[in-house]
Order: sequence, then structure tokens, then C-alpha cells
Amino acid sequence: MSSASGFRARLVALTRKEVRQLLRDRSNLFVGLLLPVALILLFGYGLSFDVTDAPVAIVLEDRSPAAQEAVAGIGGSPYLVPVAAASMDEAVELMRAKKIEGIVRVPVDFSRRRAAGDARIQLIVNGADSSTASAIEGYVNGAIQTAARHMADRSGGGSAGGVTLVQRTWFNEAGQSTWYLVPGLLVLVMTLIGAFLTSLLIAREWERGTLESLFVTPVRPLELVLSKLAPYVVIGAIDLVVCLLAARFLFEVPIRGSLLVIIFASLIYLIVALLLGLFISGVTRNQFAASQMALLASFMPAMMLSGFIFDIRNVPVVIQFVSQVLPATHFMELVKSLFLAGTIWPMVLKDCAILAGYAVLLAFLTGRTLRKRLD
Amino acid sequence: MPMADLIAWLAQAFALVRKEILALVKDPANRTILFAPALMQALLFGYGATYDLTRVPYAVVDQSHSAASTELLARLDGTGVFRREATLASNAQIGDLIDGGKVLLAISIPSDFEQRLAAGDTAPIQVILDGRNSSTAGAAAGQIGTIVGDYSRSLGGSPPITVERRAWYNPNLESRWTLMPAMIAALSFMQTLLLSALSVAREREQGTFDQLLVTPLTPMQILIGKAVPSIIVGLIQSTIILLVIRFWFQIPMNGSYWLLYLGLVSFTIAGVGVGLSISALSVTMQQAMLYTFLLIMPLMLLSGMLTPVRNMPQILQVITYVNPLRFGIDMVRRIYLEGAGFTDIAFDFVPMLAVAGITLPLAAWLFRNRLA
Repeated sequence: MSSASGFRARLVALTRKEVRQLLRDRSNLFVGLLLPVALILLFGYGLSFDVTDAPVAIVLEDRSPAAQEAVAGIGGSPYLVPVAAASMDEAVELMRAKKIEGIVRVPVDFSRRRAAGDARIQLIVNGADSSTASAIEGYVNGAIQTAARHMADRSGGGSAGGVTLVQRTWFNEAGQSTWYLVPGLLVLVMTLIGAFLTSLLIAREWERGTLESLFVTPVRPLELVLSKLAPYVVIGAIDLVVCLLAARFLFEVPIRGSLLVIIFASLIYLIVALLLGLFISGVTRNQFAASQMALLASFMPAMMLSGFIFDIRNVPVVIQFVSQVLPATHFMELVKSLFLAGTIWPMVLKDCAILAGYAVLLAFLTGRTLRKRLD
Repeated sequence: MPMADLIAWLAQAFALVRKEILALVKDPANRTILFAPALMQALLFGYGATYDLTRVPYAVVDQSHSAASTELLARLDGTGVFRREATLASNAQIGDLIDGGKVLLAISIPSDFEQRLAAGDTAPIQVILDGRNSSTAGAAAGQIGTIVGDYSRSLGGSPPITVERRAWYNPNLESRWTLMPAMIAALSFMQTLLLSALSVAREREQGTFDQLLVTPLTPMQILIGKAVPSIIVGLIQSTIILLVIRFWFQIPMNGSYWLLYLGLVSFTIAGVGVGLSISALSVTMQQAMLYTFLLIMPLMLLSGMLTPVRNMPQILQVITYVNPLRFGIDMVRRIYLEGAGFTDIAFDFVPMLAVAGITLPLAAWLFRNRLA
């Protein structure tokens, strides 16, 4: 009984000290609260894979009506802007000067080969930006194939038949990249906030020697961990609310799953992110190393390997394994589904269990780094 | 300034550079932290950061059970990319598989598929995609469209117009070729920014910076002493990543190494300038780290590394002019992939050097004029 009340008294006292320290340096608090707002605004608007108004030069070496009709659809595409070029040389010049993103060339023999059933149009794109190049290829191809169908329909011959695709995209009907990026931003913001808020806390105390003074008090490692965690959970929770509001109302990403589950899962992940920072801090005992580690171990993997942008299905098995080890990957999968697909209980239970497991493991490991030991 | 004075001045600055480098590399933990991650990240992200489809698990509902549907599906399986995970009896079973992420897409072929084809009608098949990752879904839909189009044409449908695509600088449009050169700039940028941001802040926190200020060293010499080690670390990191890209991933280098390094030096100086300004503004390491983290995320995500700058709203595109990383990445990509010459990329130097020209003197001024 007395040990339980002692635990509580020490925890309250330590937490009060941490809160005061947090409030003393206002810049900390200010950034902790302002950062997510700035980030989510900037990235919600700034990150997009949706190519629009890409200038594409059209070189008509064959000026026949059929040739003109074949490429006319490019002008009608909302994604492409046709730019007239008199010759291939001129178009290449424009492309080298980065004035255009692609060249569509209708060769001299287009009409003749079309009569033979083998019409060809050349498309040149800049592979230095492969995702824009692929998108443009898709749009140009679409416009030309539509034109080809219309032309064939009109001439009547051989137009019938063929397989058509009826395509439906679930969860993100319009295929907007914002819808899958914004839920991911929630993960990035939580990761970054978690790591930077806590990764210096213990290292600073080691450097200043104040941790050694704590060793002569009755304080236990777990109490230290919890007291350092508590004030930052509050800041993180406020950030979480801000992110959710921005996602829902600013970017109009639907929240199809249970809001309560999203909040619950995010809080578990927030604790994992904060504990990861504390753990790094406890292991390195050095502010310089701790901050470098926090950057390397939190933000970069969460951005590159968690499925935020790059689909984990496409990477080699070894990298998939690394990705599965990251807590961010599990939260990423869960958050995207909760936003766009709905509450899929088996996934919710699995991912929440994994995240909770990480929280317990990291709390234990961080506690170990704080054992009363001098070296 | 007479020659002898200049030499003495440089010797003083060099002494500080030497001390800073020693302080940095004497600690084995520091050595590991500054050089091992560059190698690890280059390998990890080289494999992990790809937009190219390599494995698309799919489910099929074939109610037609005909030669035509079998042939179409065989073409799909023949790509090696599409992998059939499940053959379902009815459309009702699709939901669970897609929800749980077991398959990326489901193809449903209706029972009258072959009859319609034989009759010369259009035969629709349905494709249901998981849009939670819209770029993967879009790419998979595009590939299926091509395969189905080829199949359709093989039946003697509408006379086709073949679009022959040629991609400059990256013939197979591999996303790794686009992403990895960007990392030469981006990965080293982050660590050098943090390194330089912590350099003065650490001395401030420990009180040794005041001692440095009462030495005969001028702020300019202190600036050199603090900047040079970070620049060297940044260039070594870039070199490690460059070697991984060139020799491990074997992405061909088309440009001049001299020009590449000239660009990297300017870029790294700009990054270190930003870092030192942060450092000079901060009283504690916590603050320096805070400002760095605050900057790194926007600088990274608005650099054009992951998503092209041209897709951003106009106003953000204008803002990216102050982001040295944007021009660093553009410069490296263009030299590495496109083999660009100096005149092609001369403009990239302007924003980078402007950032360096503002931040470095600012940092030097702040050393003297901001005493906590």
C-alpha cells in the first residue's frame, strides 16, 4: 500500500517537474503545437502525383486530316496542354530547354501505314522524372486510342468486338493522391513530433549529470520513463486533433472507419513514437548522437519504408521484412484503411496489438537504460 | 592585406578546422553515426523506394470458364508481375480479400464473355482496384489496360494506332533511376544540416563558445572552422551514396564528375549555411534540433524528390526557390542522368549560392551579436 502511494507521489512530483521544464522553454511548446499545422497544410497542398497541364509538343510530319484527328484528343485532355512545333528539331530544342514534358510525333508515313493497318505514333518523354513520364505516357496513349476507336467506328470496318474494361476503384474513386497521402501525413507528423520532443530528454540529463543525482533518490526507472512521457502525450494528442481536423475539413478526405478507433490507435502510436525517442536518448546518453539517431531512425524510415508513398508490395522481400519491423508501417496500414476503407476489425486488432507490444517493449528497454548504474 | 598576414589568418582558421575535425572523428560513436547511415540508407532506400510494380496480387472471378477468358488470364499471368492469389466463385467474395489487403485488384469476367466476343459485340470485364494507394492502383490499371488492349487487337478488332514510347535518359522508365540520384543530395543534406546546426549550439550550451569568442579568432575564422568539417562530412556522405548508385545499382552516369562535385560543393555550403544560422540562433541543443526538424520536413517533401515540383500549386512552387535542396536535387539529377553541361544547369547555382551568400554572413554576424 505504502509502496503504491509512494509510486504515485513520486510520479506526480516528477511529472510536475517535467511539465515545468517543458513550459519554461516556450519555443519547444510553440513548435510542438505549430509544427503539425504548418506541415499538414504544406504537404496536403504541396505533395501530389496528379500531373496537370503538362505541356506536350505535337509534331505533325504528316498533315493529313487523319493524322490531325489522331492527336486532336491531346488538346481535350485536362492533363495535357498541346504546344505546336513546326519540326522535330524545334521540339527537341524545347524539350532540352525544359519548356515541354514530352513530344508526340506523327511520322510522314502515318497515313500510308494506317491504310496497311499498322499506324504508328512516336512519343518521347523525359525519363529523368519517371513518374511524370509514365503519367504522360498514360494520358497520351488514352487520348490516341480513343481517337483511333472513333475513327474506326466511323469508317465502319472491323470496329465491332473487342474487350472493354469497366474499371472501378474502391476507397478512392477519383484516384486522388491527396486521399492516400494525407492519412500518411498523420503518421509522419506523429513520428517526427514523437522523436524530436523526447529524444534529447534523457541524453541531456546524462550530459549535465542530473540523472546521477536522481540515482540517490528512491525514484525507479519506470517512474522516470512515465513522468517524461506524460507531458508530451498531451502535446501529441493536441497535434493529433489538429491533423484529424485538417484531414477531414481542409482536404476533405473521408473518414469511413470509426473515429474512436482512429484516435485510440493514434494514441498508442504516439506513445510508441515518444518512447522510441526516449529509448534513443537513453541508449546514446549524448545529445548530438541522440538527435542524429532520432532523425535517422524515425523520420526517414517512416517516410521511405512504411508504405507512405512507396508501396511495400513492390519491394524485395528483405526490405519488406525491414519495413515490417518498423512500428510506423503497421500504423500506416491501419490509418489508411481506417480513413478510406472503414473499420476492418481483424486489421485493427492485429495492428493495435503489434503497436501495443512495441509500447511495452520500448518502455521496458528505456527503463533498462535508466537502471541505477554508474560507469 | 599583405600575403604574410593572409597566410597567418588562414593558418589560424585552419587550426580551428583541425580541432573541429578531430573533435568530430575522435569519438567512435560519431564516426559510425556520420558515415554508416549513408551507406545503409542508400542500400535500403535504393531497393525500397520504387514506384515500379513488381508484384500485383490479384483475385479472379471467371464465370465464363471459356477458352477466351483462360487465354486473357494467361497473358496476365505471363507478365510475371500479376500473381493470381485466389480464384473465386462469386463477386461477393471480392470484398474481404481487398479489404484485408490480400489482393490489390480483382478481375471479374461475366458468363457471356466468350459468346459476346464470338458475336462481334464488345465484351466488358470488370476490374476492381484497391485505391488506398492511388498510384499503385493507377499503374496496375494502366498495365491491365495495355494487356487487354493487346489481346483485343489480337482478335482482329479495331485497327490500332501503336504509340511507340521512347524515354530519354531512362529507357525503361525505372523509378529507381529518378529517385537514387536525388538521394546523393537529399540524404547527406539532412545529416549535414543537423551536424552544423548542433555545432555552435553545443558549444553555447557547454559554455565553451564564449571562450572561443575571446580568442583572437575573428567571427569569419570561427565560421570557417565550423563550416569546413560539416562540408567535408557532407561531401563524403554524398560520395558514399554516389558509389552505391554507380557500382551497386549500376545506374549509368552521363555527366561530368567535376561538374557534379562543383554542384555538390555549392549545395553543401548552402546547407551548412542554413545549419550554422540555426546554430547561431539557438541557445541549447534542444532548440537547434527543434529548428532543424522544423525545417527538414518541408525542405525534403517540397524538394521534388518524391513528387514533382511542377505538380505543386503555383504559390508553393515560388516558395521552393529558397529551398537549396530543390536545386541540389535538380542539379544532381540533370548532371547524372541527362549529362547536362554547366550552361544547362547554371541557373541551379543561383538560388543555392544566394542561400549560402545570405546565411553564412548572417551566422558569422550572429556569433558576435547574439550572446545569451
